[in-house]
Amino acid sequence: MNKHDAVITGIGIVSCLGVGNDVHRAALAAGPRQPVIDSTRFAPYTVHPLPEIDWNEQIPKRGDQRQMETWQRIGTYTAGLALDDAGIKGDEALCASMDMIVAAGGGERDEAADSLIIEAAEASNDRETLLNEKLGTELRPTLFLAQLSNLLAGNISIVHKVTGSSRTFMGEEGAGISAIETAVARIRTGQSTHALVGGAYNAEHPDMLLAFELGGFLHRGAWRDVWSRDGAEGGGIITGSGGAFLVIESREHASARGAPIHAVLGPVQSGRARRAQGDFPASLATMAEAAGDADLVMSATSGVPDIARMEAGTLSGKVLRGTSNLTGTMKEAQFPFAIALAALAVNGGKAVAPFSESEAKSSGPVEKALVTTIGMIGGEGMVLVGKA
Amino acid sequence: MSKFTDKSGRPIVAVTGIGVVTSLGLGKEDNWKALSSGQSGIRAITRFPTAHLRTRISGMVDFLASSDQGPTPLTRELAELSAREAIGQAGIAESDFGGPLFLAAPPVETEWKARFELAYAASSATGSPYQRMLAAARARSRPDLFAKAMFATVADGLADRFGIRGLPITLSTACASGATAIQMGTEAIRRGEADRALAIGADGSATAEALIRFSLLSALSTQNDNPQKASKPFSKDRDGFVLAEGSGALVLESLESATARGAEVLGIIAGCGEKADDFHRTRSKPDASPAIATVSAALADAGLSATQIGYVNAHGTSTPENDKMEHLALSSVFGDALKSIPVSSNKSMIGHTLSAAGAIEAAISLLTMREGFVPPTINYDIPDPAIDIDVVPNAGRSADVATVLSNSFGFGGQNACLVMAREPN
Repeated sequence: MNKHDAVITGIGIVSCLGVGNDVHRAALAAGPRQPVIDSTRFAPYTVHPLPEIDWNEQIPKRGDQRQMETWQRIGTYTAGLALDDAGIKGDEALCASMDMIVAAGGGERDEAADSLIIEAAEASNDRETLLNEKLGTELRPTLFLAQLSNLLAGNISIVHKVTGSSRTFMGEEGAGISAIETAVARIRTGQSTHALVGGAYNAEHPDMLLAFELGGFLHRGAWRDVWSRDGAEGGGIITGSGGAFLVIESREHASARGAPIHAVLGPVQSGRARRAQGDFPASLATMAEAAGDADLVMSATSGVPDIARMEAGTLSGKVLRGTSNLTGTMKEAQFPFAIALAALAVNGGKAVAPFSESEAKSSGPVEKALVTTIGMIGGEGMVLVGKA
Repeated sequence: MSKFTDKSGRPIVAVTGIGVVTSLGLGKEDNWKALSSGQSGIRAITRFPTAHLRTRISGMVDFLASSDQGPTPLTRELAELSAREAIGQAGIAESDFGGPLFLAAPPVETEWKARFELAYAASSATGSPYQRMLAAARARSRPDLFAKAMFATVADGLADRFGIRGLPITLSTACASGATAIQMGTEAIRRGEADRALAIGADGSATAEALIRFSLLSALSTQNDNPQKASKPFSKDRDGFVLAEGSGALVLESLESATARGAEVLGIIAGCGEKADDFHRTRSKPDASPAIATVSAALADAGLSATQIGYVNAHGTSTPENDKMEHLALSSVFGDALKSIPVSSNKSMIGHTLSAAGAIEAAISLLTMREGFVPPTINYDIPDPAIDIDVVPNAGRSADVATVLSNSFGFGGQNACLVMAREPN
């Protein structure tokens, strides 16, 4: 135990399972269940949809809500939940000195405007000029901000007054890994005392699906266990809407204000193995060993069959839980989301039931969970989440 | 405190390599020659048709192989070129940098050209335009377009190219991104995680849609008739920024490591400051308190008082609001001393390079100290009487500058400032 330990004092979490810690804690204990999915809206693709959310609970001003596209709303809402949970919400001094790192992709484009332009341009022999004309008239001025990567952080500053610092990391799963890693490293070395870190993702937008499908990565057909999407149609990924934010503090800072601690984070192990060369499974095993021994692995594997198989093989002998089985893949938010689930698990004091039929039962309460995120293309991260 | 640590006992962070690309040219020599002589790189746009556009000028980089290949390839090439120059100057093996990468880069999207191609791929395709694009991707995956739409692509390519250690970080703090990349590299060295770090700001995202988006926010100058005169920071008739492209790269290195391997120290990153603004998505708090806090934090981090700053490399975008707010912030922190400190804006010549700006301007700040010459703010014909500062009007001048404050402010309440010094301590 060290005063500079990075501890989690606030969790904000949203997924297809619902809103907040209680519903997710319950899901950890529930055992395999019918996945919460929508297979019709974006057929032939399946998504895990957003649950019903009353945005007013965390984003009280309608004007603010109107300035955000859905992913920004999910993130701003979830960040508010984390601040509430940590007992920091509305504490002007703590928010004004709080560091923030958001893992973000791009926001949603205006589907109607894009569609109109594509239809109008089909017969045109000067598409670039038509584009200038149509974009100038069809784009909402505020949409740019509603889809700009760093504006999720910007909205969190505006709505929740978190202003100590504001950094946005981009780069798919790796962005979430680096966000947690940087916050933890800064806290462990005394560069920061408390930070809000996380990400959000809206799966329910055709442009988000397109970004995956350009690489042939989306799973098609009936829902399947994330560990066995081999041989199915498509590339293995089923996405989900949601997000997670964590309040991470130094132990000293949390104790001084009497904040309850959900869990302790070890140093984050990260890397970018040259997967085509060398021994990737061996580098994953080394990373897992460096992170520390755990009772359970909370894996954010995306569902890409080769990678899921390799991860399961490398960590065989450990009890595996694939978060995507419950909630789908959330891209930048994957690592923070899996850490949030792991923190709820170690804090819950109960066994974590299998998320799917293929996952093994665990014997008892989880003291230490290894959270893993192996990016679909590149970038890997792991961290040990331990009991407070 | 050893000779390798600062007043707080942290490793001193030196700069041992500098690289720059802007519309003024490739490399710091050409850029410095142009900037010190007050040349503008702003021109009429030729990359795409400008019919229906309110703004038809920019500081695009049009002389590279990927200048017409879209934002991701151009950003990559810009980043690679400035990084090569910086790593070469640092005397480090080009394929084995051996430290982390912090890349400030623009968010990416699938380009219109690709959207059209996908949507019209099959003449028999049915459904909505997005359904047609998805069907085309489903029928034949497009690794080329996929890579362009992934945010990690540029950094991953650079990591392989230069032998970067670990998982590279791609970041965006809007127009402050370049400064944030340098701040993060500095912090990593101060934490003892690395002896050296590569910080790059690169932006090749000046598309028609980007231009239109900023136009719709009324952020851009519309003084199309005389492009070189359009960017006029701190002038009374300034009417917006000029969108531009470019990149800046710094090799950051602990002073101890630089000294041990006999590398030339080009300058010191003495302090970094940041503070978010919670006022508005595009406007700064009227009292400039977040910018004031950012400047103050950078000075405090450097252990310097305002009077010890020899030159301010301004954010100076040429928008009515930024320049007013920046002046308010500087006059609040510096008081009467501000009148005797030169404050100039590189953007008067190269325009606003967005994600790259903070890194390019840090590079120019370091050159300013080394050359003993302050580049001007050009197009300063009608001074704004409300901004009473020495903007180094229209012509650069010799000056012995030992310390620089470089400001970066951006949409989304982003503020980052760097304090750089010519010598350690």
